[in-house]
Amino acid sequence: MLLRALAHARTGDKGDTTQIAVFARDPADYPRLARWLTAARVGAHFVRLSPSAIDRYELPGLAALNFVLHGALRGGVTRSLALDGHGKTLGAQLLGMEIDDAPTCD
Amino acid sequence: MIDNRKTIRIGAGAGFAGDRIEPAVELTEKGDLDYLCFECLAERTIALAQRAATHDPASGYDPLLERRLRAVLPAARERGTRIVSNAGAANPLAAAKAAVRIARELGLGGMRVVAVLGDDVLDALRAAELPLIDRDGMLGDIRPTMISANAYLGARPIAEALNQGADIVLTGRVCDPALFLGPMIHEFGWGETDWTPLGRGTLVGHLLECAGQLTGGYFADPGFSDVPGLARLGFPLAEVSADGNAVLTKVAGSGGRLSIANCKEQLLYEILDPAAYLQADVTADFRNVAFREIAPDRIAVTGGDGAPRPATLKVSVGYRDGFIGEGQISYAGPGAVARGRLALDIVRERLALAGIPVREIEADLIGLDAVNRTAWSAEPAEVRARIAGRIDDAEAAGQIGAEVEALYLNGPSGGGGATASVREVVAVASVLIDRAAVTTRIVHEVA
Repeated sequence: MLLRALAHARTGDKGDTTQIAVFARDPADYPRLARWLTAARVGAHFVRLSPSAIDRYELPGLAALNFVLHGALRGGVTRSLALDGHGKTLGAQLLGMEIDDAPTCD
Repeated sequence: MIDNRKTIRIGAGAGFAGDRIEPAVELTEKGDLDYLCFECLAERTIALAQRAATHDPASGYDPLLERRLRAVLPAARERGTRIVSNAGAANPLAAAKAAVRIARELGLGGMRVVAVLGDDVLDALRAAELPLIDRDGMLGDIRPTMISANAYLGARPIAEALNQGADIVLTGRVCDPALFLGPMIHEFGWGETDWTPLGRGTLVGHLLECAGQLTGGYFADPGFSDVPGLARLGFPLAEVSADGNAVLTKVAGSGGRLSIANCKEQLLYEILDPAAYLQADVTADFRNVAFREIAPDRIAVTGGDGAPRPATLKVSVGYRDGFIGEGQISYAGPGAVARGRLALDIVRERLALAGIPVREIEADLIGLDAVNRTAWSAEPAEVRARIAGRIDDAEAAGQIGAEVEALYLNGPSGGGGATASVREVVAVASVLIDRAAVTTRIVHEVA
């Protein structure tokens, strides 16, 4: 199944850095989300981004993960040649990730 | 002893320079507001405005300021709602004079307008050698084409302007949440080291600063996250208590929806480390923020915190960075992708043959890989070939669009809807300066 079934997301930018916050629709799914959604998986999903580093912040109280992709916006919106210089569409693209839907036991 | 019974009502009148006008009118007329704050300055807006001001000393502020003020001032005056905005952009003093002129034209004599000055630190940076904070390099690398440098001021000068009786406060660059924090400091008397309330007030300002993004904008995803009435989206307001905690709401009957899911998204919007949101007044901590729905479209926000402010202020430096020439042309039907790719290859080869000095080029197919950065790929019914290049010279930049238009007669089969454009690039980089290098002052104008 797609990540979109479990989560919603919002994307922001700061200079050459994009930030994607991912939220479990149902907080009960947060542990599963936190296990699945590693920085490495996020990096691998965006095959045409080449961030210099990815930071991942866990916010269990909000059932959220915040991913910060440094150096991912081709210089940032003020100078990027990209159509979406802000990277605003990236969060929705992350929701297109296939996730393992096999039941897990904790 | 803080009296938490007193609350103030602060509304968000705009979340960016081009934002809708009517939601602010609705908030002013029906929101029972004490303060209405307009966030109108994107990163590079001030650099563009600075250039305008060098040609005309009476310009350099947000061109939409006059429309916004005309729309809200009569109701704001009647209800005693005070206005705060960074629409002063590169010239807050000229903005204040314009506000006075508008107030007089509307018959609202006696309104006090205060300009906050001091964010312009261009002269201080002319000789300074500082590292850029958002990428490799030094300030010296961009100094030859530097056109503006503005420090992110805090909320103190806004609070001081309100202390002195301002009905309208117009600033240049300030931290966006400071537009909202200023009225809280003025009302509740928070001191410079009251980190927890300053952190909470910053949290409220951060949630409000993008206006409609809190009440359902930038959120709808049909079938998954539905939002009613986006065409008449209501902007948010906060009822803030003296301890900095708040209730978020919007005008009854306005479009949109204030949901916890949406509030959580906005909480982390443009936040890097949630434990350390660096502001001029405080380092805000959002890790333990909680939202609770107390009624439809009424959400309590608690749990914000703060730690000592950074020793430095962030400065946005605007600089000229050449031109971007761009062309686009569409292809449809079987083989659209292959014809689009051929079109891009032809333009690349043409630019090379002509010796156009392109510093950097981006060529992609809208509908397939222009914004898509994943491996997801499916043959679409149509694509739009887009090629954009960075070139130092405007005339040479125009050659990119010209080559795309020439594809009509000289390119692949069935190209349509070609467009061409050239724009000058004003880019922004950031540095940090000692806060002692920045001196703010406020200037009064009376209608």
